[in-house]
Amino acid sequence: MKRKLHKWRLLPLLGILTFVLSGCGMASLSALRPAGEVAQTQYNLMMLSTIIMVLVVIVVTILFLIVIFRFRRKKGDDTIPKQVEGSHKLEVIWTVIPIVLLIILTIPTVKVTFDLADTKAMDQKDKEGKTKDALVVNVRANLYWWEFEYPDLGVITSQDLVVPTNEKVYFNLVASDVKHSFWVPAAGGKMDTNTDNPNQFYLEFDSQKANEAEDLFYGKCAELCGPSHALMDFKVVAKSKDEFNTWAKEMKAASEPVVEGSLAKQGEEIFNQSCIGCHAVTPNDSRPETARQAPNLATFGERERIAGVLDHTEENLKKWLEDPEVYKPGNTMTGTYGELSDGQINALTAYLMQLKVEEK
Amino acid sequence: MSTYAKKQGFGATLWDYLTTVDHKKIAILYLIAGGVFFVLGGLEAMFIRIQLAIPNNDFVSAGFYNEILTMHGTTMIFLAAMPLVFAMMNAVVPLQIGARDVAFPFLNSLGFWLFFFGGLFLNLSWFMGGAPDAGWTSYASLSLHSPGHGVDFYILGLQISGLGTLIAGINFLATIINMRTPGMTYMRMPLFTWSTFVVSALILFAFPPLTVGLVLLMFDRMFGSNFFDVAAGGNTIIWEHLFWIFGHPEVYILILPAFGIFSEILATFSRKRLFGYSSMVFATVLIGFLGFMVWAHHMFTVGLGPIANAIFAVATMAIAVPTGIKIFNWLLTMWGGSVKFTVPMLYAVAFIPSFTMGGVTGIMNAVAPADYIFHDTYFVVAHFHYVIVGGVVFGLLAGVTFYWPKMFGTMLNETLGKISFWTFLIGFHLTFFIQHFLGLMGMPRRIFTFLDNQGLNTGNMISTVGAFFMAFAVIVLVINIIITSVKNVKVGNDPWGDGRTLEWAISSPPPYYNFKQLPLVRGLDAYWVEKMDGKTEMTPAEPLGDIHMPNSSILPLTTSLGLFVAAFGALYNMDDDKTWTVPVIIIGLLITLGSMLIRSIKDDHGYHIHKEELTDDHDKGVKA
Repeated sequence: MKRKLHKWRLLPLLGILTFVLSGCGMASLSALRPAGEVAQTQYNLMMLSTIIMVLVVIVVTILFLIVIFRFRRKKGDDTIPKQVEGSHKLEVIWTVIPIVLLIILTIPTVKVTFDLADTKAMDQKDKEGKTKDALVVNVRANLYWWEFEYPDLGVITSQDLVVPTNEKVYFNLVASDVKHSFWVPAAGGKMDTNTDNPNQFYLEFDSQKANEAEDLFYGKCAELCGPSHALMDFKVVAKSKDEFNTWAKEMKAASEPVVEGSLAKQGEEIFNQSCIGCHAVTPNDSRPETARQAPNLATFGERERIAGVLDHTEENLKKWLEDPEVYKPGNTMTGTYGELSDGQINALTAYLMQLKVEEK
Repeated sequence: MSTYAKKQGFGATLWDYLTTVDHKKIAILYLIAGGVFFVLGGLEAMFIRIQLAIPNNDFVSAGFYNEILTMHGTTMIFLAAMPLVFAMMNAVVPLQIGARDVAFPFLNSLGFWLFFFGGLFLNLSWFMGGAPDAGWTSYASLSLHSPGHGVDFYILGLQISGLGTLIAGINFLATIINMRTPGMTYMRMPLFTWSTFVVSALILFAFPPLTVGLVLLMFDRMFGSNFFDVAAGGNTIIWEHLFWIFGHPEVYILILPAFGIFSEILATFSRKRLFGYSSMVFATVLIGFLGFMVWAHHMFTVGLGPIANAIFAVATMAIAVPTGIKIFNWLLTMWGGSVKFTVPMLYAVAFIPSFTMGGVTGIMNAVAPADYIFHDTYFVVAHFHYVIVGGVVFGLLAGVTFYWPKMFGTMLNETLGKISFWTFLIGFHLTFFIQHFLGLMGMPRRIFTFLDNQGLNTGNMISTVGAFFMAFAVIVLVINIIITSVKNVKVGNDPWGDGRTLEWAISSPPPYYNFKQLPLVRGLDAYWVEKMDGKTEMTPAEPLGDIHMPNSSILPLTTSLGLFVAAFGALYNMDDDKTWTVPVIIIGLLITLGSMLIRSIKDDHGYHIHKEELTDDHDKGVKA
């Protein structure tokens, strides 16, 4: 309630600022173009604090300009100004006004802090142990890749997080090696994935805003985690509730991939010899977390990027397979499968590019 | 640069500086060492900005970039800002309170050499297998995971230099409590002395948590313990707490002396006493106190829960109140004054709006839910550079220019100084203002590259251009220092003409024993009080008598050197193929303990300067 009140009072300023800032950044990446309830709440709070702070800066600047222009010493001026000790009245004023401003800021801050930490819906389980009304995603951050497990749906994806729009999506966040931080700038603030124990929070994706971003948001790792920290990107695909349900059903039902063409078949053989130990190719991987040492590739052919950062082309995939260290230094795949011949790389590429679940 | 240098020859001067326990020479040592590290840290900053000038740049590799960013932060905080602050404190505080020296001159020297060898050790990592790469915060999971010896250099280097800082802090506490000249009550102490006093107390309480954290990390990395190893029951969040319990007060340890310097400069060049002196003192103490209550605002996204986040958010905002008091008091100090824009004053004046911007973004960061957006993005990078460059670096540049005549007896060139100032100011805002928006537009901090077509290109380019302006300013400053030193035109006691406090009552540079007779302080701004009474000198508080002086000693250097040697042994001890490590540890510790033993058993009563010598000494010192 309180927040709305401020919004109404400061509407003109807010309008101007919004207008100025809306030009800032891309809809799929920028926190200045909030794409859901959580991001919007945080954005409003940011705007409230910005407005108060801009006011403070303006007052200080005006005083500052008066002082530096009015009280300049003239050449040869040797007068001694009056030595003023201080002024209780003034000092009280500039103690009380900041306190009042801070109280205005404190109330919504505390309220929103508690609102955004409300993840009670995650604890309400039905008889089978599934979450009752909420969609829960277990996010596991690893050295330079992300895993998204939908425990109630029995589906696992990597690198691409798929979410339904217009509802709260709850997250369990954890890291399996070093600390990372899960951040979808357009959808809201970040939360760390600690190695110690899981964190919980929620985000929301607005369908209209998702449309503006062409249903695709960028996700980032925000905590320094090693050489390829900058390359630890992921994508968030927003779908309407119906589309999401269809997707979940398809993912759940997906069986071992069937590929076409002799080259891809050949690739499958190589894959089953060298890669399958770490990479799964079905989205309903039931192995425990510790066995899932590398990204799930069930939907590899449908991804937006290779390794999170390269454009999704066959050429890039070949380069990546040849020497991943060049594109993601410090990754855990380098050196695990020996030298591949050009033929083997071509075969693997053909195979991997056919790994799709959705009918497209 | 010393007045004695020409008479003595190079070898003797060097030996003089290696063994000195004189606070004025130690100040010069801190200034030189801190200055060199500042340039080094600046060079690292230029590497960072060049790498990020354009998307997908390959100027430096990913791993090397992490080393640069880690060393940039670590160097600037521990090896540049801290020693430069100590240079100012050493040069000014004993003079401001009318003392002959600090309370423990030997410890003062020990503090410097510990810092120096710690810093040297840390930087040798560049040539010995790679620098630390886990960020200046060195969060435990990453620092334990980091291969090579980089992080070990960080741990041992900071441990050694941290000891030096702790010793220096204790020394200044004892000095300010015990060594004030007659009449120098607490509430007549200049603001810079007050801030030194508060900062020393902060050091006393803030550095032990860092020491503890580093010891735990050292055991984990070097001796196989599991304090931070989650798989073995450890906890990495403990490191974050220990680090920030140190790390947040550290920010105030840097900024409060800058506040002190600005308070001196603004009063001096406005020819007006500081407005609201008592509330300024109160605000300084309050900021120092609150500085210990807010560390978890660096950890809002760690998942401490809404109660902790809310409490730390509110506590953090509270700091804005005393800081605001200071800003307005400074403005009102100038109000009605006769303001002269010398180079130090330009920095002081530019500091006010620049720092205010850093302060208000600090409040924005304190709004916990909004901080979920800002945290670990370029918004935060912009914020703390506004505070540290706009506050601390401006303060140090102002302080160095202001006190240069007192330290060296010469004046830096004002025209070159103004060129430095304007390019630095413009470069600073150009570099960092745009970074607020880069952060909000989705750019995390500590990334070595960014993709094209993400809307981040222009901002990064502007930022890099700004960095070149700042580099240019520093080069001009160095040229200025060289020209001034070569010309060597000596100045008198009060070269700025408007000095208010005791240090301006003594010659520039002061004689090695400082005041011939301790001066009597009759009010706030002691020298100004005398000036207004038509006098040119301080009234002495004691008859002319023998002065007791400490002897020079090489022992602080050897004590520190021993730890430096032992650190190499400790660092390589975990490598199985190196058999020489244990002997090296033993030799190093023997040097250190041996030096301490000599110090303990050898009677060193110092020496006396006799009254007769002092009366002959007409040209040096105050004729009291």
